[in-house]
Amino acid sequence: MSKTLIRGAKVLGGDPRDVLVDGGVVAEVGTGLSAEGAEVVEAAGKVLLPGLVDLHTHLREPGREDSETVLTGTRAAASGGYTSVFAMANTFPVADTAGVVEQVYRLGRDHGYCDVQPIGAVTVGLEGAQLAELGAMHESAAGVTVFSDDGKCVHDAVIMRRALEYVKAFGGVIAQHAQEPRLTEGAQMNEGVVSAELGLGGWPAVAEESVIARDVLLADHVGSRVHICHLSTAGSVEIVRWAKSRGIDVTAEVTPHHLLLTDELVRSYDPVYKVNPPLRTERDVMALREALADGTIDIVATDHAPHPHEDKDCEWAAAAMGMVGLETALSVVQETMVETGLLDWAGVADRMSFTPARIGRATGHGRPVSAGEPANLTLVDTAYRGRVDPAGFASRSRNTPYEGRELPGRVTHTWLRGKATLVDGKLT
Amino acid sequence: MQRHLISAADLSRDDAVLILDTAEEMARVADRPIKKLPTLRGRTVVNLFFEDSTRTRISFEAAEKRLSADVINFTAKGSSLSKGESLKDTAQTLEAMGVDAVVIRHGASGAPYRLATSGWIDAAVVNAGDGTHQHPTQALLDAFTMRRRLVGRDAGLGRDLDGRHITLVGDILHSRVARSNVDLLHTLGAEVTLVAPPTLLPVGVETWPCEVSYDLDATLPKSDAVMLLRVQRERMNAAFFPTEREYARRYGLDGERMARMPDHAIVMHPGPMVRGMEITAEVADSGRCTAVEQVTNGVSIRMAVLYLLLGGNETALTHARTTEEK
Repeated sequence: MSKTLIRGAKVLGGDPRDVLVDGGVVAEVGTGLSAEGAEVVEAAGKVLLPGLVDLHTHLREPGREDSETVLTGTRAAASGGYTSVFAMANTFPVADTAGVVEQVYRLGRDHGYCDVQPIGAVTVGLEGAQLAELGAMHESAAGVTVFSDDGKCVHDAVIMRRALEYVKAFGGVIAQHAQEPRLTEGAQMNEGVVSAELGLGGWPAVAEESVIARDVLLADHVGSRVHICHLSTAGSVEIVRWAKSRGIDVTAEVTPHHLLLTDELVRSYDPVYKVNPPLRTERDVMALREALADGTIDIVATDHAPHPHEDKDCEWAAAAMGMVGLETALSVVQETMVETGLLDWAGVADRMSFTPARIGRATGHGRPVSAGEPANLTLVDTAYRGRVDPAGFASRSRNTPYEGRELPGRVTHTWLRGKATLVDGKLT
Repeated sequence: MQRHLISAADLSRDDAVLILDTAEEMARVADRPIKKLPTLRGRTVVNLFFEDSTRTRISFEAAEKRLSADVINFTAKGSSLSKGESLKDTAQTLEAMGVDAVVIRHGASGAPYRLATSGWIDAAVVNAGDGTHQHPTQALLDAFTMRRRLVGRDAGLGRDLDGRHITLVGDILHSRVARSNVDLLHTLGAEVTLVAPPTLLPVGVETWPCEVSYDLDATLPKSDAVMLLRVQRERMNAAFFPTEREYARRYGLDGERMARMPDHAIVMHPGPMVRGMEITAEVADSGRCTAVEQVTNGVSIRMAVLYLLLGGNETALTHARTTEEK
């Protein structure tokens, strides 16, 4: 493998440094490093981050290859600066056996754009009734440590309790999609002023908050750790803050879209804004930003959810829920967290790389940019501003809520173990 | 003023009064031996009904035929999804046949709005009821009925419902009629009070331009019109209220309660009525109940809306076939 010298980059937003990559690892970090024998990437003014890690991605393969495949999804990931993504289990068939998770894991390895770490289902078929073979998935080649029925909530308190207990044996974590099913029957959008007017079924905040409250208490009771997927309300923030203050082992993620968009957008009845959990209010958005800044919310995760055009080009009630997010996540975080002064770039590295890697036990990812570490790196042109054009996406799907919106920042280079997967904004 | 009628909230006071005045003219046509105007001759209107609604469809059809439009009825039971064809494809297919206006009834809130704004078709769109969102022609025919009864047929021309107290009782949560009426009655200057058990009011109702009460008896003496909304029996299975009898006792209108209304006050119902639930037979069959009159007025209102959207007054509801919004 050839050598690369990344010259003059602001490492984690700090002072300019040269970073020499050799043999898949960071060989040296310093100033005035020799470029001899190395390909030089001029990075003056740009910010160098550890490769981003997404704890919540839907790659759709196997089963819904019309919306995304492991190949197109990992290309989208590389394009967005990611070097590791955790693939959710709600595929067809469901990733509830060692066979399925190994298949997804190997596809990621073979394509080579981004490491794919499969998430295993908590229950067989995501049906919430019987535990899937969590131990077998953990011991498989995929080495699963994160389990989730995402898309559905593990709503049965006993099943949730058992799952939390069971994964303690191998350091696993349950990532809960917190949604009380009875309170959200027929739910189409956030329940509040806008849903009352639009006549769309309400998804009340309490349906999320009540499950989070229950689960942090369960995690406390059985001494396990729990991770909260796509936390979306101000009330959920308060509960997680309280749980952390009690020493409960809980971590939480927020999506980029919940940091930026509100339910006012649903007035257009355009299903591109239809997502689960739904877009909430301005007050929630502000609480989520603050919580991400103060560490109550640990990480940003995309909940990248590709859907074919026909599933969004229809009436609201008939449309699928979800948005693509891998290729816009960093820009949205720059817009909502960095340019507002809530986080610096070191903070972004923490929320989008170090901590998600730690929660998911993604070895070799989320490491400091220093000598001897795996060269998983992302270079960002933070001065760039441009309008989002989904036609340029590497994802197979185009269901972005940001089409035409001006956002800051652009990932220009991504390296996966020293190999460039993105060069000057183009996939290799 | 738009070229579509999607929501009662889109109508200005002057738009609404013009529609009511035009409907009075249309009503005179119904009194003639030959109930027909040549206004929409050569124009094609499709009634695109994704939800069963015989009465609304027939009302639109009668209005269209009295205006000499060519009428196509398209009734697709169930959603576009269960049919396998999308709303977009259905609408485009119909427009390809040369349709000037689409009257749409759909179970999904917002479907008419999508049809009008997504660039799928060029035709004018009239919302004939979408999910639990809006039913603007129902609100217009209700306002028309109120103006006739409370202000006067001739005296009402050019006037709104300023200061009249209107009470809506029943399942507000699931009612597109309630939403449309609150919007339009507010625009027309009326004071609206919603009465329902708290379970049948939407979260967020406090921001609507109306009062909310849980007490029907306290509201009746100051009401100029009381509109009862249908309460489906199956709601009680979802714990919206305990039993049919309890609902009727607390929120149903019977003769005794009706007697507490002012002498001039009317009882309204958009139909279909559930007798014994929200309304007793005694009230439904009394001279104060305008349910049948509302049906008659519905035809006049729909004639007025179609006339103004497709053929009528250039200064008001203009239907300009331009490329805007494409």
